[in-house]
Amino acid sequence: MLGLDPASWDALRLSLLVASTATICAIPVALWVAWLLARGRFRGKAVLSALVHLPLVLPPVVTGYLLLMAFGRNGPMGQFLETVFGVSITFKWTGAVLAAIIMGFPLMVRAMRLAIEAVDPKLEAAAATLGASPRSVFTSVTLPLISPGILAGSVMGFAKAIGEFGATITFVANIPGQTQTLPSAIYAFLQVPGGEPRAIALVLWACVIAIGAVLVSEWLAHRVARRIRGAAA
Amino acid sequence: MSVHVHITHTMGDFTLDAGFEVTAGVTAIFGRSGAGKTTLINAVAGLLRPDAGHVRIDGDTLFDASKRMFVPAHKRRMGYVFQDARLFPHLSVRQNMNYGARHAARGTQAGQYDPSFTEVVDLLGLPDLLTRAPHDLSGGEKQRVALGRALLSRPRMLLMDEPLAALDATRKDSILPYLEQLKSGAAGLPILYVSHALDEVARLADHLVVLSQGKVAASGPLFDVLSDPSLVPLLGVRQAGAVIYATVAAHNANGISTLNVDAGTLELPGVQAPIGARVRLRVLAQDVILSRTRPEGLSSRNILPVTVRSIRTGAGPGAAIALDAGSDRLLARIPADAVEKLELSDGVACYAVINATSVAPQSIGR
Repeated sequence: MLGLDPASWDALRLSLLVASTATICAIPVALWVAWLLARGRFRGKAVLSALVHLPLVLPPVVTGYLLLMAFGRNGPMGQFLETVFGVSITFKWTGAVLAAIIMGFPLMVRAMRLAIEAVDPKLEAAAATLGASPRSVFTSVTLPLISPGILAGSVMGFAKAIGEFGATITFVANIPGQTQTLPSAIYAFLQVPGGEPRAIALVLWACVIAIGAVLVSEWLAHRVARRIRGAAA
Repeated sequence: MSVHVHITHTMGDFTLDAGFEVTAGVTAIFGRSGAGKTTLINAVAGLLRPDAGHVRIDGDTLFDASKRMFVPAHKRRMGYVFQDARLFPHLSVRQNMNYGARHAARGTQAGQYDPSFTEVVDLLGLPDLLTRAPHDLSGGEKQRVALGRALLSRPRMLLMDEPLAALDATRKDSILPYLEQLKSGAAGLPILYVSHALDEVARLADHLVVLSQGKVAASGPLFDVLSDPSLVPLLGVRQAGAVIYATVAAHNANGISTLNVDAGTLELPGVQAPIGARVRLRVLAQDVILSRTRPEGLSSRNILPVTVRSIRTGAGPGAAIALDAGSDRLLARIPADAVEKLELSDGVACYAVINATSVAPQSIGR
């Protein structure tokens, strides 16, 4: 039952590739934005926060269409990429990565921001009195203490990227072998008569991936928590 | 070694305007909560940038508002022991202790005091704790580790902000001996010790700065400040009392020890120090009774001939009397009308009776 035909296999592989790439690319940016929102004091913080959270409240199709307007051949960002780098990301797997990043970003930032806010600044002050430079304080005290939050945010972002459908299909369409991710494939199979068995096989795979991701993250979180036991105390 | 501090800093409607100078030894900053003690020590540590003033250590300027100069905390090499220990929860005791050595920025000037890891571990009795995690430690153990961590960061100066305030009396008594050892051992390492507990101050400090509502109310050698009768209201009438030095002469069979002081001998219970040891005694002003003639038939045998040095009568029912007892000073608090009745005035000779059981073992330090 779990045996997949080549088209389904392509969709599964593409989804894993898109989700992994999106998560890895988004982690540093999300961490930086989370830091700004948690610790920064600047004008327009509320605006930045609203902007980050926008994809969470907008209909995904709307986000996808906005991406298409911005990054399409005639869009300002699209023309910029085309003229400067000679690349286009519409209807490419890289476009799916961008859609996944945008859609997962609010979830990642939220988890990381909460973790940063939970770090006691007094510990960082103590590290400074022991001679640690601000950078050293971050890598040796702050980062280890927020690592569970980074991990949780990354798993959320990955899960969102695997399941992302609306923005992806609007922005990069549903081209088998190129932009057809797992949810798009399931949708496509359900549109044709007799496609149901293929859809069910993919649904089962989606379940396996989701459960596996949760188990792996639980295991990692447990290990991290054991290492920094008492962080909450 | 010399430290000059003077800062002005306003927070809300509170203004701190205080300064002091420290040479070697332990300088205590005493004051009620809200007096500005922590603000002052944080300014020395570099955790707070004051509005105005300066902080200098050995001619090295760490902060000078007029020159817009501010050396950040991580380049100051101040070993700081906080009231709440602040051990890093993700590191073991050993890793916490080594944090300063591992993460200190290069090129910053380290202090002269550079003890080895084993030296500090032995001094603070930590060998069994090294592999433990901070959350497995008791409050007293945490504070010892925090102290060790600060000592191993090669500090130029040690800052302690109420390090014992969060501990109960038993834990407190288990840590004070370590601090006393440190004081006699870490030669040349000046210690700034913030506290609102006079018993700790009396045991540890050499110099005392009294802060009140953001201003320095008194500053000087511990023995002078604690025997100043004008400070009794500020220190609290029940807490005020002078500190004198004594030498343990004998431990008697009945649990009472004989101690020699400059003006005579005292007999006190519960003295732990070995014979020949020089100890500090904190004699509370309310436990000293004055008599013009040598009293006979008293339960207390602790009678010292003294001379009145100065008298202060305030608005309250009591009078504070500073006394010269040989080279030591005592402070007595007696009813205000007794001053007239006994015809006490500066230079009058009389006898001080000290209630022996009131000199608590906790008040006896090295």
